[in-house]
Amino acid sequence: MSDSRAVLEAPDIHRALTRIAHEILERTKGAGDVVLLGIPTRGATLARRLGDRIRQFEGVKIPVGSIDITMYRDDLRLKPARPLGHTELPPDGIDGRVVVLVDDVLYSGRTVRAALDALNDLGRPTAVQLATLVDRGHRELPIRADYVGKNLPTAKSEKVRVYLEEIDGRDAVLLVKGGAQ
Amino acid sequence: MNRHLISAGDLAKDDALLILDTAEELASVSERSIKKLPTLRGRTVVNLFFEDSTRTRISFEAAAKRLSADVINFSAKGSSVSKGESLKDTALTLEAMGADAVVIRHGSSGAPHRLATWVHGSVVNAGDGTHEHPTQALLDAFSMRRRLGGLEGRKVTIVGDVLHSRVARSNVLLLHTLGAEVTLVAPPTLLPVSVGSWPCEVSYDLDAVLPKSDVVMMLRVQKERMNAAYFPSEREYSRRYGLDRDRFAKMPDDAIVMHPGPMNRGMEIAAEVADSARSTIVEQVANGVTIRMAVLYLLLGGESA
Repeated sequence: MSDSRAVLEAPDIHRALTRIAHEILERTKGAGDVVLLGIPTRGATLARRLGDRIRQFEGVKIPVGSIDITMYRDDLRLKPARPLGHTELPPDGIDGRVVVLVDDVLYSGRTVRAALDALNDLGRPTAVQLATLVDRGHRELPIRADYVGKNLPTAKSEKVRVYLEEIDGRDAVLLVKGGAQ
Repeated sequence: MNRHLISAGDLAKDDALLILDTAEELASVSERSIKKLPTLRGRTVVNLFFEDSTRTRISFEAAAKRLSADVINFSAKGSSVSKGESLKDTALTLEAMGADAVVIRHGSSGAPHRLATWVHGSVVNAGDGTHEHPTQALLDAFSMRRRLGGLEGRKVTIVGDVLHSRVARSNVLLLHTLGAEVTLVAPPTLLPVSVGSWPCEVSYDLDAVLPKSDVVMMLRVQKERMNAAYFPSEREYSRRYGLDRDRFAKMPDDAIVMHPGPMNRGMEIAAEVADSARSTIVEQVANGVTIRMAVLYLLLGGESA
């Protein structure tokens, strides 16, 4: 951990999520038909936080769920079989809704590609948008985020670690210098 | 996890829990409109069935197809096996066709174990002789866990033809690993000699065990294997070891009844017991597909060995 530095502290994460919540409300004109789907593990936690904020701001309770993308990954054969995350769709499903996918870090875009495939098997949203706490660049697919907490220029050798209160006991985003693995 | 699934006894507690947890997540796939995942696209699963077993074969086939694997069904009847081909030559043929996994049902105990030494892919035991049937034990454990919440310290009673039952042996081994306490109840003639070394209790008195059971699993009386007089008459067996309405009433109110199927209604289990809300018999079939998806995913979903 010696070669890491915090790029976002707890108050920064709070402010970023608050701004994203406002942006979602603005872009979707009140979030009336929005469904927030987080990609486990930390994306699901962030989706819940965004849902709470949107309810505080406008009093609308929007459906929040999670979507596991493990079975749709394109790199399954590079590692031993991975344990699955939890998929939980809102009771009314996602047909005809605006789905906002939520992830902690946007990097190659391959996770989002897998999430789009998974969504395709679960229903037909009218639109899909993407919110991410950190966009660290180095896209390998034509994918971009609609809502970004922080654009973080990184080297490919560096790692971005996201810690969230609910899972890790504290809020922080660390940039870990290359070579450490 | 091992590359093969031959015996429930090979599963460490962590492996068993990983399979059950994976199945828990996969269960929702059977409830959605598109019941398919792309995970095993391009992989080939061969169902190699030397004994008839429609339900197990269909269950494995459905599981493999829901994961987008290609499925080849090979049944011994009318195949090269009836022309005298050996198990090894059959195995090498399947290997040459690019089988990534072979699901084998065989009349001889130990056949999957032998097969595993000849092929590069994964071998899944779908029942060998009177030895084991590990995916049945896994789906039973999964069904129990879904109904009861957990298995630690639960009392499971398995009743009937333990001698010929691969289901009983696999269940004893797996449930012991998962922390449940198993009691086998059967006439002395239908218990194997080695049962003293199994991690379970043995009783000959069903009525004494029922009130203390969280789960009662009835085994099928396997008439096709009854080549000797194991009990005087079917009626006497049914009287002493069948789960009828009166015995059902002696079970605790939240205890469940299981049966691996196919059932002999009126013999080992009364129709009204089999159809009651506390019977998991139909669930067990649905859970079978889910648990086999989990097993195939964990064996084939990662890097090739």
